[in-house]
Amino acid sequence: MPGLGTSLGRGAATNYQQDLANSDCILFMGSNMAEAHPVGFRWAMRAKEAGGTLVHVDPRFTRTSAMCDVHVGIRSGSDIAFLGGLVRYVLEQDRYFREYVVHYTNAATIIAEGYEDSEDLDGLFSGYRGDRRTGRYDPRAGQWGYEAAEGVIPEWAGAGPEYRMFREELGMLGHSLEAGPQMYSRSRVESTGELAGGPASDPSLEHPRCVFQILRRHFARYTPEFVADTCGCSADELVRVAELLCSNSGRERTSMVVYALGWTQHTTGVQVIRTAAILQLLLGNIGRPGGGIMAMRGHSTIQGSTDLATLYDSLPGYLPQPCADESHDTLDSYVRYEGLSTGYWANYRKFIVSLLKAWYGDAATPENDFGFGWIPRIDGDYSQLPYFEAMSKGEVKGYFLFGQNPAGGSPNAGLHRAGLRNLDWLVVVDWFEIESANFWKDDPGTPPPADIRTEVFLLPAAAAPEKEGSLTNTQRLLQWHDKALDPLGDSRSDAWYVYQLGKRLKQLYAGSTDPRDQALLHLTWDYDFDEPPTLPDGSVSRIAGEPDLEQVLMEINGYRVNERDPATGRPRLVGGFGELEEDGSTACGCWIYSGVYPGPGRNRARERRRSHDGIEAEWGWAWPHNRRVLYNRASADPAGNPWSERKKLVWWDASLGRWTGADEPDFDAGTPPGYQPPPGAEGLAAIAGSQPFIMKPDGVAWLFAPGGVKDGPLPVHYEPVESPVENLLHPGQHSSPVLRYLENPLNRLAEPMSPEFPVVATTYRLTEHYLSGPMSRFNSWLNELMPEMFVELSPELAAERGIVPGGWLTVRTPRARIEARALVTRRMRPFRVAGQVVHQIGLPFHWAYAGEVVGDNANDLTALLADPNVSMHEAKAFACQVEAGRREGNRAEPTVRSALTLHHGPAPDTPGAAQPEGRFGHEPGA
Amino acid sequence: MSRELELTEVAPLPGGESLTAEGLERLIGPFRRGAVPEPAEEMGFYTDTSVCIGCKACEVACKQWNQLPADGFTFSGNSYDNTGALSAESWRHVKFVEQFSVWEAGGGDGGAMPGRWLMMSDVCKHCVEAPCQHACPTGAIIHNEFNNVYIQPDICNGCAYCIAACPFGVITRSTLDNHAHKCTLCYDRQKDGLVPACAKACPTASIQFGPVEELRERARTRVEELRRRGVADAWLYGHEPTAGYSRLNAFYLLLDRASVYGLPEAPRNPWLSMRGDYLRAVLSVLPPLAVLITALLRGR
Repeated sequence: MPGLGTSLGRGAATNYQQDLANSDCILFMGSNMAEAHPVGFRWAMRAKEAGGTLVHVDPRFTRTSAMCDVHVGIRSGSDIAFLGGLVRYVLEQDRYFREYVVHYTNAATIIAEGYEDSEDLDGLFSGYRGDRRTGRYDPRAGQWGYEAAEGVIPEWAGAGPEYRMFREELGMLGHSLEAGPQMYSRSRVESTGELAGGPASDPSLEHPRCVFQILRRHFARYTPEFVADTCGCSADELVRVAELLCSNSGRERTSMVVYALGWTQHTTGVQVIRTAAILQLLLGNIGRPGGGIMAMRGHSTIQGSTDLATLYDSLPGYLPQPCADESHDTLDSYVRYEGLSTGYWANYRKFIVSLLKAWYGDAATPENDFGFGWIPRIDGDYSQLPYFEAMSKGEVKGYFLFGQNPAGGSPNAGLHRAGLRNLDWLVVVDWFEIESANFWKDDPGTPPPADIRTEVFLLPAAAAPEKEGSLTNTQRLLQWHDKALDPLGDSRSDAWYVYQLGKRLKQLYAGSTDPRDQALLHLTWDYDFDEPPTLPDGSVSRIAGEPDLEQVLMEINGYRVNERDPATGRPRLVGGFGELEEDGSTACGCWIYSGVYPGPGRNRARERRRSHDGIEAEWGWAWPHNRRVLYNRASADPAGNPWSERKKLVWWDASLGRWTGADEPDFDAGTPPGYQPPPGAEGLAAIAGSQPFIMKPDGVAWLFAPGGVKDGPLPVHYEPVESPVENLLHPGQHSSPVLRYLENPLNRLAEPMSPEFPVVATTYRLTEHYLSGPMSRFNSWLNELMPEMFVELSPELAAERGIVPGGWLTVRTPRARIEARALVTRRMRPFRVAGQVVHQIGLPFHWAYAGEVVGDNANDLTALLADPNVSMHEAKAFACQVEAGRREGNRAEPTVRSALTLHHGPAPDTPGAAQPEGRFGHEPGA
Repeated sequence: MSRELELTEVAPLPGGESLTAEGLERLIGPFRRGAVPEPAEEMGFYTDTSVCIGCKACEVACKQWNQLPADGFTFSGNSYDNTGALSAESWRHVKFVEQFSVWEAGGGDGGAMPGRWLMMSDVCKHCVEAPCQHACPTGAIIHNEFNNVYIQPDICNGCAYCIAACPFGVITRSTLDNHAHKCTLCYDRQKDGLVPACAKACPTASIQFGPVEELRERARTRVEELRRRGVADAWLYGHEPTAGYSRLNAFYLLLDRASVYGLPEAPRNPWLSMRGDYLRAVLSVLPPLAVLITALLRGR
């Protein structure tokens, strides 16, 4: 999420879900929270009960819309136009929170003279190189940087690896889903850090090149009429939403924005989120209770998996994975390129050295760069989409799949299946024989099994109650769960498989002197239980070889290498990342999680003490440092007093000489509001007491992003690549000029505005199923609630195409043709876009060819088309054709017998009186 | 979850060593009188449809706790409702009512909502005077100590009189065992001091469980609050007795007329007609009897 990272400092939701209840107005956009996050949605309902206003902006009228006070229908892929209209309204009507904007954002900062806006270059920013389609921006040539106070535009020192790659070849770094420090490093070095006397600024916001004025000019054409014409809503609707947000923001009130994958899955996804950040910053809603931006995550612990670096280009805690480049040759050069001198990232060396000590233990010494050379270097883009594209060409030999189902759940799933068919071997660890495990025999579109060479190993996985561990949820909250019972049969936890695999590999390579094996051989890999683990009933677990995940968590938390805790005899745990050192005396597996296990027996993720104050500081533990609202210094004014009594959260207590309040301050607790950094200050000392965004090198949030985003310093409305509609803002630049497209016969695209594909489509989820269905389509109780693949469409479109409610229809794109039942509903409404009627359909993506209920897969329709920042695909807006009737060809058959035909005898080991009521025919009496 | 279901398939028969004892128990059991339960506070459901998000967690929680079978994978095409109706296998049913204006090609909706989507989790009403209980010839249907209507599955003979009697169409007969089944208000959970599964699972507190008097008070306050906020059509269904029907111990806060939700506007307890029906039945015998007697007398 560089959208949030570049704007605010961290790529994570700013607030917590319970905080929705403190909001006066909530804008849901790109999120169907009531359906996709129904449990968290209770807090939104709480806000409504308290008199708050809920607004839903979405192509479909969903169960979320049903709960909202206002629903505005907009065409899929027009989000930036709508949000840009809101930004313009706030600026033109002078409704921005001036004191907040002047002090807490870079509105006053002056941008270099050579910068040219997309409004002046027909949809391109200065610094563009390419063919207006898959080109690149060179921010240095484009002069996106800050102007120096002393009138000197500095030499752009030491361009980071990202920049170097730009010169040479596409791809490589910067696909990180989160804003890692590389986002800032370039920005600091290239735009702010080397500026003599800091960046020039004009607090009156009058300078024609100050960010505020650039912003005003940039969004000037996003008038209500333009928005109406592009989005298909009415001008009044835009004004109404804008008024609601404006009147519910300011000192006394706050508004929150909630988004999910409806914003991210676009070629402009990062910029959609950037627009929301700009809006919330102008309204003064970031860092405040009931404000901020809630990024609703799509899977369980997806936040945790990016925090702990399941991404190919990121190490734990969002340190960039070193690349095969001289800048990352040694630890010193790596830190020089990736670290910062101001802001919190100045501690970079402490984080990477402690990580290396955690991984390589005693083998990591100052003499060998703490083993930095053992970390594998990346030399290309190994994110999922290019990787599977390469797999489909037979360039990948083997693959492990834990808890993922690319054959059903990935965009252009057909291409992903072609990838799986070209492997030598595939290991699938799952509860059921999912699509990714049975593709070689049950996929109706597959060649005969004999023609597929992939050898598939399906290993049984344990379910959540059968293993311990922690989940990190959407609000960065770590919650530990204990194991309730042993898994059935040969099922094992994912951790068991990985731990045992590591042990066996270490054994296999034992004694090797090959340099490339040293990383594996020196890896610390000893997490055995000290005593046999027991279950809650006191009995000893029958599973042997399970790793002790609390030991893993202790390593993640960090410890002092040379000190022993007298109580445990183990190394002394550190209390937080403030204690980490760069000399190798501390080890820490993920610096942002440091503090989660601050002392022996104190697993804070396991705490469940209620305080009933909303913050619930002792219920689980949130990174960083148990701060529940990020940037909460901004909940107080520059002098350190709460903006209002009603919205106070963290403030400066002069008598105590520190920041205090309900939440843990996201600021140096002892830095007074009036502190001004001396010249040449480094680290946090370079951040003034009135600058709440400590992760940014200049301490303020970025309305204008001088770096860190690959598709421009400001958001621009571009059409989705496959849009049937003309770009009304920039007729010469239909879609993003820097998108990523993977040329492949299985990945053909529709021409923009093609009459062959006139209908706008979007994909979505239902409450009743989970993702592509591996966890839900094997469950009769869920299947009966949503038994068949369907498509939602308006009665107008149905009439036009002769489609009967409940009957069959076919949806076609250049990639695939699928059939589905027609759910004809007035909840779907056509849009009037640029004078034309444009139809929109919605496709849930829960069905494929494994399970009790099967059907065609919406993911077969989508393309591998990606955003340049994070390689996120564009599944939320594409063009298609809709016809009545079924498609030709084979159809999938259920692979599992439905449980509803089973005989329901009495529950075993249960007396008659305690038999479940529904065990029909159970024995009476007893 | 389905793993649990699969397990039952291979579950062993009850212990073989005590088969004779069990046979004896089976003969004597029906004549035993258990301890009469202590009278308890009257408990019920208050379902506030204004906060129902239609997630169907109640349906799943009910089926899981009570181990009810799934009853068909049929796409209805009717909004998001593929359950269709309450039945012996589905004791909770979320209804979806779409009320939308016809789209006009003139553009957006001008900031007004194009309509609304009502959702409501339906369940047995647990009538204070329950027609099903009146109609049951075997005494299988009782009011238990929580004043909830409960079908004793071991006494029900499957006659289906209750099905005809219920004005809400709550009960059906299972094709698996040919007995009538419906919501028990989680009698088993209540006895252990637990909240019914559906209320426990409801994420927005649309389904609330508790002492009925307390719920009625809460519901009244809620209606006043909604009306103050301009939701003029909010009202309570089954909260007070009507001329033709008793109060319901599972009552609703609705946002439109009852018939919009598929509920009878004015339910009438068939029992109220019974005295007259019996009288008419007796009286209707008299004329043919008179004719018969006359004929017999004449014939002589």
